[in-house]
Amino acid sequence: MTTTPTQPTAPTPTPRAPQPLPAEENAPINYLNETRGIWSWMTTLDHKRIGVMYLVGVIVSFFLGGVMAILLRTELFSAGPGVAKLIGDALGHDKWQDTYNQMFTLHGALMVFLFIIPGIPAAFGNFVLPIMLGAKDVAFPRLNLFSFYLWCGGAVFFIAAIALGGLDTGWTFYTPYSTDPASSTFGGVIPAVFGAFLLGFSSILTGVNFIASIHMLRPKVMGWFKMPLMLWALYSTAIIQILATPVLGITLLLLIAERAGDIGVFDPSKGGDPILYQHFFWFYSHPAVYIMILPAMGVVSEVISAMSRKHIFGYSFIAMSSLAIALLGFLVWGHHMFTSGQSDTLNAIFSFITFFIAVPSAIKVFNWLATMYKGAILLKSPMFYAMSFIWVFSIGGLTGLPLAAISTDIHLHDTYFVVAHFHYVMVGGTVFAFLAALHYWWPKMFGKHYDEKPSLVAWFFIFMGFNVTFFVQFIMGAHGMPRRYADWSVEAWKASQIGKGLDTSFIESKVQLFEVCHKISTIGSYGMLIGFLILSYVLVRSLMAGKPASRNPWGANTLEWHCSSPPPHENFATQPQPNDPYNYSGWTYEPTLEGYKACEPKEPEH
Amino acid sequence: MSDTAPHTEDHHDEPHVVSFGLLAAVFAVLLVLTALTVGAWMVDLGPLNIAIAVGIAAVKASVVALYFMHLRWDNPFNGAVLCFSLVFVSLFIVFALVDTSQYQPSRTETGPTPFEQESGEALKNKTAE
Amino acid sequence: MSQADADHQHHDEHVAHHFESAGQQVSSGKLGMWVFLATEILMFGGLFVLYAVYRHNNPETFEYGHLLLETKWGAINTLVLIASSFTMAWGVRTAQLNKRKATSVLLTLTLLGGLGFMCIKYIEYSGKFSHGTGPGKFFDVVAYEKYYNKHQADHAHDHDAKGEAHDEPAEPAPVLHGTTRAAAIAPAVNFHSDIADPAAGPAGLVKLDPPKPKGFHIPWVHDKPTPAQVVQSRNFVDIYFAMTGLHGIHVLVGMGLIGWILSRNMRGHFSSKNYMAVDLVGLYWHLVDLIWIFLFPLLYLIHT
Repeated sequence: MTTTPTQPTAPTPTPRAPQPLPAEENAPINYLNETRGIWSWMTTLDHKRIGVMYLVGVIVSFFLGGVMAILLRTELFSAGPGVAKLIGDALGHDKWQDTYNQMFTLHGALMVFLFIIPGIPAAFGNFVLPIMLGAKDVAFPRLNLFSFYLWCGGAVFFIAAIALGGLDTGWTFYTPYSTDPASSTFGGVIPAVFGAFLLGFSSILTGVNFIASIHMLRPKVMGWFKMPLMLWALYSTAIIQILATPVLGITLLLLIAERAGDIGVFDPSKGGDPILYQHFFWFYSHPAVYIMILPAMGVVSEVISAMSRKHIFGYSFIAMSSLAIALLGFLVWGHHMFTSGQSDTLNAIFSFITFFIAVPSAIKVFNWLATMYKGAILLKSPMFYAMSFIWVFSIGGLTGLPLAAISTDIHLHDTYFVVAHFHYVMVGGTVFAFLAALHYWWPKMFGKHYDEKPSLVAWFFIFMGFNVTFFVQFIMGAHGMPRRYADWSVEAWKASQIGKGLDTSFIESKVQLFEVCHKISTIGSYGMLIGFLILSYVLVRSLMAGKPASRNPWGANTLEWHCSSPPPHENFATQPQPNDPYNYSGWTYEPTLEGYKACEPKEPEH
Repeated sequence: MSDTAPHTEDHHDEPHVVSFGLLAAVFAVLLVLTALTVGAWMVDLGPLNIAIAVGIAAVKASVVALYFMHLRWDNPFNGAVLCFSLVFVSLFIVFALVDTSQYQPSRTETGPTPFEQESGEALKNKTAE
Repeated sequence: MSQADADHQHHDEHVAHHFESAGQQVSSGKLGMWVFLATEILMFGGLFVLYAVYRHNNPETFEYGHLLLETKWGAINTLVLIASSFTMAWGVRTAQLNKRKATSVLLTLTLLGGLGFMCIKYIEYSGKFSHGTGPGKFFDVVAYEKYYNKHQADHAHDHDAKGEAHDEPAEPAPVLHGTTRAAAIAPAVNFHSDIADPAAGPAGLVKLDPPKPKGFHIPWVHDKPTPAQVVQSRNFVDIYFAMTGLHGIHVLVGMGLIGWILSRNMRGHFSSKNYMAVDLVGLYWHLVDLIWIFLFPLLYLIHT
């Protein structure tokens, strides 16, 4: 990057016009505008552009999945048919309950496959990984672009699935329902399953790229235990992506072959074994949840340390715990199958090992808290989201324990308790960390600040809305409210198999509780919606008229903060000298920059 | 600063070239082992048959991996990647077998599955014509 | 800036801008390819799980099903793939030694090997489909019975000459028993040892007599399962098609890659300084061979 010889002449300062910053802080020519035109973006090999394209894609997917969530929560606000019937009638569905089933299926599938699994690694990992390594790009830039196009292909197939009639199998596609076209009659099953297959390959190739990059492009002075924890997180995630996702691939292919071609591997009427399907599915899908959470934890490690202005506590523990979670995650998939008819031996093994997974996660939580202790906390948006993560993820994690114990899981399986548990870790965990990453790296990626105050208002609505939505779900789940039920009314209970022959008063008192919980939950979901709308406004406004950001607004020390905001195409003008990424003494606050400027580091490296 | 940023796991720039003799020897070994596998199949050794078949296959596979695929002279991490993947496949197989080996007999009615029923009827009708 | 410029000047045209040296690029390429191969192993691994579970729990489906396969084709395919692996590895060597013509020849031979493999697969598959033993909805017992009867008629004299007892069911029984789940739903029958025991099993069961080889038997003998036995081999057929089908797709992809490398080689892209693509495609092709090395005994050399 060439330094511009003269500073741009400052315009007459008005209250609204942002003050221009020196070019090495806020580069006027950067990766965003160095080449122009849609073709230059579609054929880019620049990991930063690819990251931004992913970011746009996953955010759109999040909103689509969110629309489904709002629809189904609106339906569940009142007893009996509601918005599901309106939509179902418009689409020509026979039963409004089928429409409801489509809503939760699409909510799950869109969120899991299109948003949360690619989410942080693809959007932020792609952007920061090479820069944190001091490299010019990932190991295989063309493969990276190909991964993005695979993601697009997956998205296209999901849209096609919706257009071709949707699907109501649940995002888990359990057999024999999903393999029997006479049962799951909606035409979207095969396109959706194939879309998920493409998304799986996108994920796999991203994993290949990240592993090769971290092994090969790391400078010699940056040993394994000197690299930022975000890279440990991405590396551990990549291991899971490599080992687990191919099993999903073969599972989905077999599903398509069974549905379209009648081969008999998972469908009992064709001589197959439905429990085997569940083994195949969860062998991937359990490690997948660690794909979702590990990058989130990486983000939290970075944000907590930088915004406590304090060296991360227990670096090697956090690094090793990421690997431990990745590996242990492969040994626990059967805890999704305790009530499926799985053998007692396996039930015992999976339950036992599941308890251990809590340990590395807890190690991280304690290390983050110890990092914050006596730190100079910078109370800005990324920190709010990171702190929320710790609180909410801990609750989510703790509620995993009654699910790990078989005796309690038998009662809680397939109830709202499970729904609340995984939303606490996936939304409270990954989405909050995604938002933390978004706010943390936003000035770096786009060279602009967002308005802090409305951003905090958005946080408040999202945080409160989230807790209101999901906390009551623990309660109603523990009282027996099953998940994936379109209707919790007394009539529905009485009409169902479970309701037959039961003492009516028991059902009625339960339903009163369920009604209250469902209504509160729906109100909470609208709170989240408001929060996300405010957030969208804040971010769009930032892109259009945000204050220019300096290169290091937070004073962090990982290498991405050493280059300008936004970075130039080649990332670095001169090869950076990596040092301890958590030593903040080399930066002091400079008010004119509204950020930090480099100075002599005071303390020796840890 | 001449050595800008020497990279970890960088490899010497002269690559190792496998000798033709070694390649031919490996090929010969593979042919022999294939013949051995087929020959072992012709003998009735009970449960040993599958063990021998898979064992010989494992030897063939190792030889291909080490020599044809160059693992013998490569960065050992590449070999570790291969081994790791095999460990996880084995994990999956073992757990699935443990589970399915403990299936209990069905307590509902015995009798043919729908497919068997259909096929039986098809054959019966066919021969009845 | 000058530092980066200096780097660029020393760079080979073959070394991408984000790599420091050719050696780093090659090492990265190899690592990347091995990680990708690990994913392929996991994907096929799922099919091996399927195989293991069904063979363990429903040995009766594997008992007769493999008789539908002709071992000679499997063996020839194994030799073809091993030979093509050899020519591929040799081709990588000649590419490293700058022997362009030899590399082209060897890559062509490798490609022909793949083509030969697919031709044999075509022969096998088309036979299966036409005999009524295709996968899933292409499995037609009536069609198979026609084929079987014809086959028995053709080989009647062979069987008599060899003196092998080969019981045919007197007529198709009204109730067929013995497909998957058989072991589970008929606890009186121990399929692991009593399969040929006429005294075992509840009444109404078809007596199942697998053509058991006595001592030595010649591998190319075309003992065919009876229609009754074929019915319970349906799972085997599905698994066979799933495993060899996925493998076949990988062979086709490999052939495409080799064709691409061949055309690049003929245009002079490769040299002793730049042969990485040949090496990496070679690794992929060897993996295809590796998988077949396991598929062959597991599918074709099942010993009853």
